[in-house]
Parts: sequence; structure tokens; C-alpha cells
Amino acid sequence: MIPEIGLAALWLAAALSVLQLVAGALSVKEAPAGGASPFAFYARPAAVVQALLATVAFAALLYAFAVTDLSVKLVATNSHSAKPLLYKLTGTWGNHEGSMLLWVAVLALSGGLLAGLERRLPERTMQAALAVQGFVALGFYAFLIASSNPFERLPIPAAEGIGLNPLLQDIGLALHPPTLYVGYVGLSVAFSLAMGALITRQVTPEFARVMRPWVLGAWVFLTLGITAGSYWAYYELGWGGWWFWDPVENSSLMPWLAATALMHSVSVLAARDALRTWTIMLGVLAFSMSMLGTFLVRSGVLTSVHAFAVDPERGTFILVLLLIYIGGALGIFAMRASAVAEGKTFAFTSREGALVFNNVMLTAILAIVLLGTLYPLLTEAFDVRVSVGPPYFNPASAMFAIPMFLVMAVGPLLRWKQDTAGRINRELAALVAILVVAAVLIALLAEISVLALLGLALAAVLAIAALLPLRGRKLARVPTATWGMVCAHFGVAVALFGMASESAFTEEKLAAVSAGETTQVGDWNVTLSSVDAVAGPNWTAMEARLSVARGEGAPTVLNPQSRNFWSPVQATSESALLTQWDGQLYATIGQSVGVDDDGNERWQLRIWWKPFVTFIWYGGLLVGFGGLLAMVGRIRDDLRRRKGVQRREEEQADIEELNAGPRTLPEPAE
Amino acid sequence: MNRLVYLIPLGVFAFIAGLGGYMLTQTKDEAIPSQMVEKPLPQFDLPPATDGIKGVSRTDLIGGEPKLLNLWASWCPPCIAEAPHLDTLKEAGVPIYGIAMRDTSEDVAAFLANHGNPYVAIGHDEISAIQFELGSSGLPETFVIDGDGVIRYQHIGDIREEHVPMLLELLEQAK
Repeated sequence: MIPEIGLAALWLAAALSVLQLVAGALSVKEAPAGGASPFAFYARPAAVVQALLATVAFAALLYAFAVTDLSVKLVATNSHSAKPLLYKLTGTWGNHEGSMLLWVAVLALSGGLLAGLERRLPERTMQAALAVQGFVALGFYAFLIASSNPFERLPIPAAEGIGLNPLLQDIGLALHPPTLYVGYVGLSVAFSLAMGALITRQVTPEFARVMRPWVLGAWVFLTLGITAGSYWAYYELGWGGWWFWDPVENSSLMPWLAATALMHSVSVLAARDALRTWTIMLGVLAFSMSMLGTFLVRSGVLTSVHAFAVDPERGTFILVLLLIYIGGALGIFAMRASAVAEGKTFAFTSREGALVFNNVMLTAILAIVLLGTLYPLLTEAFDVRVSVGPPYFNPASAMFAIPMFLVMAVGPLLRWKQDTAGRINRELAALVAILVVAAVLIALLAEISVLALLGLALAAVLAIAALLPLRGRKLARVPTATWGMVCAHFGVAVALFGMASESAFTEEKLAAVSAGETTQVGDWNVTLSSVDAVAGPNWTAMEARLSVARGEGAPTVLNPQSRNFWSPVQATSESALLTQWDGQLYATIGQSVGVDDDGNERWQLRIWWKPFVTFIWYGGLLVGFGGLLAMVGRIRDDLRRRKGVQRREEEQADIEELNAGPRTLPEPAE
Repeated sequence: MNRLVYLIPLGVFAFIAGLGGYMLTQTKDEAIPSQMVEKPLPQFDLPPATDGIKGVSRTDLIGGEPKLLNLWASWCPPCIAEAPHLDTLKEAGVPIYGIAMRDTSEDVAAFLANHGNPYVAIGHDEISAIQFELGSSGLPETFVIDGDGVIRYQHIGDIREEHVPMLLELLEQAK
């Protein structure tokens, strides 16, 4: 019964999205100048109720997974009654249909939030945005119902489920895809608002102020999702790396790059009424990248280590949706953009100039990643199979990232509209000095690659530069949004430091040892105490007891496992981590490699010492937190401003009333 | 003029969509006749790609039963995908020689530790020189070499489950 309720809710939500589209579109078309159309009433409630229905549908699927309802095909093919409850629940979105339902639910919730909370825009623009949001939702409901129905029943219930990819039985999975999806799909609001503003020709600073918190919100989730996903891959895959330039990872990075550019350009539009068309373009681009990512991941046209079910029919369906939405949006953009006046101009040496430069750099990196991701597809069209990896992505993206970081250090120090380098020459000199001194010192002390060296030196510069906007200001008076910027930029420095340090200073040891033997990596002594068989609810494993000590320090015990799951049968490597303030010790156990001379069994151990690797994710968290601060600050400022405007209007009205009102004051006595 | 600029995004998207659409209609993994087939192996002598394993030279591949020569890299995701199928081939008794492209000793060791080692020996091709001479432009690729050192078949792309019987058949024919 519950699955049927879920499916019914999905159909109803789809019907409401039609209402939202039609009512929104008609009220844009019919609206008398300034007044409200009779259709305008429907779009908002339709969006809100739709969000509730989509939530009901998702809850119904969660329930089916929680109770392992084996009459539901999706549960039978992806779950197992012996699985821990937590992983039954996370299994809901560990498969194609479930994750698409989550996608759609988040889309409906974003639309509902937009309809329920946003009252600042001109009503016509709002109606247009809601119509676009409804239109996008409609396509994805159709996709779900027609070709990926998560609630499909089996004619005869299965006796037992056939499990879940054991790699996915992890708490990291419980968190990172939903977080990513909120970010991914949250960008739909920016897309709808951009289209709404373009259609109704309302690309104004007020519009930018409305759009900004929505972009920031999605961006914060995207940042945290990517950070969490990177950490998940790092400890769960057991490869010791934290970013693989895999198509699926790139699919989450591309919307982030676009959203980062959008967030900055929307600020320029809000503050200076410049970059109108560029902001609209980025608004379209960001969500387009989300949809393109969904297509690449879900259609299986690319080979990825994230193995998803491959189905050309689904691929075709998503491609058609892409053609309608992205093609349509870009088509409208091509027709309308020239009608949007280009806004205010500014000098190259100015805050806007720096932001534009970095916008271009971010877009260039996006293009690099997009090209690298699609290149195998392109060559495959000519029957050549290639795989594009770090040898391309690292230097190609660094080529644009390095100038971007340099400008990012200086940009916040510049004034809006027009400035000169001379005004900030002391700061500039200090930053250049830090860069040169850091680079020379590191080059003398360590023999590392040029990229890593530059990364470390730039991290030092950025860390200092991020704090410079606070210089000479009363800290209590600094706006929250500025704190957000400082925090996020500082986070970039921290993450960059972690990345460069990890790539430059990681020490690695692959050794075959028997119990009692010790091996060294860096200044760590790793002793294999024993290897034992252990069992979990749905797996067995060989677990190593490693006693690790730094120099002469007290030993700590690590327990990496080589796990074998039985439903489905799959082997995974469970790494064990020891986190220190200055890095992480990362240990995995491999296979048994025969016996030594004394007849003791020898085991493959792989140990890394990764100095400051954790800073990558600390940095990511700081960046996300900075975004959150900026969002809170912006919303608060905006509410305050509106209250101020309202008060002034009321005062004005009072004054007018006093002046124009009936003269009840007694006539002055003669 | 200005208007045309605004058409660029649409044009780029149309290209990507066209490519995606075309690729969806294509069935993957078709056997491709290679220019290198029936030609002798070029001369090469590569150092070991990591500790504890031998390097690969042309002479290693000549003589005896037919062999597989697999070009791969630790940084290549499809190479991970094909690893289990190379293991299957190895278990079927096929001698597999590997050449790792633009790789590092640590990464190769790590790859083997994580995805198994089906190789008799692995050479390291630091600058893709052999890859170029073998007429290969992407990774992974696999060559069937007969006892005279002549290339009998070039498999472009990852080896999938369905290719294993085909490769075994080709190796049988090359005897």
C-alpha cells in the first residue's frame, strides 16, 4: 500500500507542476502592467503542495527500504534483510531510481521554498521563475514515472534481496550524495530566477540581491558535499588519493566552478549594477552543468569507477530533457541577451575587474574539466578509446588556477569602480615578498615539484591576503558577509596548503611483513602484531593489528581490514587512519603473500604518511562555513534594509497624511 | 555582431548534445581492424615499472606460446575496470606482459596491491614512446602477440567480460 501512495504522490506532484507551469506562464503573459493576473494565485501554492507530495513519495520509498519490502523491485534488487538499518535507509539513494527520486524531491523542495519564502521580486518575474521551475520539475517527474519508476512491484515478492554494493555501506555515503544533490539541484532556483529575470527583462541589482542567498545556499551544500565526497573516496576506496578526476567527481566539480563564478558575479551585479548578461549566463550554466552531470553519470556514456546501471533508453530520455531545458534556456539567452543593457562600466584595476578576471579563470577551468571529461566521448566517436587522467587535468587546470589565486589575493583589497595599484602598494609589496621568500625557502629545504612548490607558496600568500581586508577595521563592525568572504578565502588557502603538502611530502611504503616484524615509513615505526579473522553482520574480514609509534613515542593500535562481503560477493579494503595535527597515517592490508623462511605467513601492508592531508578537508569546511556566514549576513542585511525602507515609507505616509489629512486641529484662537 | 556572441553557448551546447546523442546510438566495443595487425613488434627494452617485478623487452615476447601485451597506467580508471578480466585471462594460463605509461613506481605498486597483479613482467614507458610505436593512442590497449613476435590483434579500450572468450580464441589461433 505504501509504495502505491508514493507513486500516487509522484503523479499528483507531476500534475501540480503542470498547473505551476501553466498558471505561471499565463500570468506572465496576461499580466497588466504593474497589476496582478487572475492566474497569479495558483503558481505559489502549486509549488508548495508539490514539495510536500514529493517529500511523501520519497518518505514512502524510505519506508519500503526500512522494512525491506521485497515485493518492491528496487528493494529486492538493492537491499537485503540482514543489512544494518542505517544502510538499509542509505540504500534508498544508493541506486539509480532512488537517487533520481531524491533528485526530484530536492528539486520540488527548492521550488516550494522559493514559492513560499521569496517575496522581494516583482510579481511578474516571480511568476516566470516559478513557471520555469515547474517546467523543469515536470520533465524529471516524467523521466521518473516513465523510465525509472522506483515503486515498481514484483509479480511475486522475492525471498531475499540481492544486497547493496558493499563499498556503499558506509556512513560517508549516508551523507555526501544527499548533500551534493541539495547543492546540485538547489542551483535550479538560480536557473529559474535567471530565466525569469531574462524573460521579464528585470536584470537589476534588486534581482541580484534576491538571487544571491539562493546561490550561496546551493553553493554551501555543493562545497560541503564535494568535501565529504572527497574524504569518503579517500578512506573508503583505500587508494590513498583524495581526488581522481573521475567523470563522476568532475560532474560535481563543474557545477561548483560555475556556481563559484556566479556567486561572485551576482555580487558585482548587486553592488554595482554591472555584468548583467554574464550573471544570467552563469545562472543558466551552473544548473546546466548539474543536468549535464546527471546525464553523463546516469546514461553510462562514460566509463567511470563509479559503476552505475547503464541504460541507453534512460540516457536518451535525459538527453532530450537536456535539449529542452539547456537548449531552450540558451536559445532564449541568445535572443534576449542583447536586449539586456550591459550595465555600468568599470576600470580593469578595480574590485569588479579582479572579480571578472577570476570569473574568466573559473570558467576556463570549467572548460578544461569539461573538455577532459568529454574528450574520451569525443574520441570514442572516432573509435578511439582514451582515458584522460591527472597528467592532463593537473597542469591544465593549474595554468588558470595560479593566476586566479594571485588575483584572488589582491582583489578584495581593491576599491569598486576604479582603483590604482599604487594605493595598495604596501600590501602588494608584502604579498610579493611572502611569495618569493616562501618559494625560495621551500625550494631550498625540500626537493619537490614545481606545482607543489607554487601551491605551498601561494597558500602562504593567500592565508595572509585573506585576512588583509580586516586590517585597520573595528572587528566588531565588520559585516557578517565580509567575515564570510575572509573565512572562505582563508579556507581556500588552507585547502591549497593541504593539497600541495600531500602531493609533495607523502611518504609511502609497500611491504610484506609477518607478525612481529616492523617496517618504517617517514618517522613512524609500524609493527604487525597479528592478523585475525573477524566477522560483521554481512561480511568477514582479515584484520591486521598494527602497532604504530612515531619515533620513540607511545604506540597506537590501527586495525585495517581486507573485507569480503557475501551479498553480493565483493572484496573491499577498509583503511585505518591515525590522525595527527600535522598529518595522517593511512594503513591498508592487502593479500597474504606466502610464508617467510620461518614458516610465518606474510601479509602485504601499504602505509602512507601524508603530512597535512587533513587540511584539504578542513579548508573545504572553512570555505563552506564562509559561504554560510555570507548567506546569513546577506539575508540579515536585506531584511534590515527592507524594514528600513518600509519604515521610511510608513513615515512618509504618516507625514503625507498629516499634511493632507482633514484639519482637525482647532483653528488658532483669534 | 553582439548577437552572435550570445549564440556561442548555444553552439557549444549543441555540439555536446550532438556528440552525446550520437554516442548513445553507438554500440560500444566493436572490434577495430588495426594498422598494426600482422606487423612485427618494434624494438624496445623497458626497465621494470616497480620493485620486485621484471621489465619487458621485445625478446621477452618472442618465442613460445602466444602472449598478451597490455598497455595501461595506474591513473586510468578503465584500467581498473579491466583488472578483474585480466585476472581471469591469467587464470586461464595466458602469459600477460604489461607496459605502464607515464607512471611512478609507487602508483604501480599500489595499483597491483589493490587490483591484483596478472602480469608476468611490467615495463615502464616514461614518455609513451612504445605506445606511439605500437600505434596506440589511448589506454588501456591490449595486443595479441604470436610466437614469432608478430602482432595478431589490437584491442582498443578496456577488456570487458564478453571479450575474454574472444581473446582466448585469438590466442588459440595464434599458436
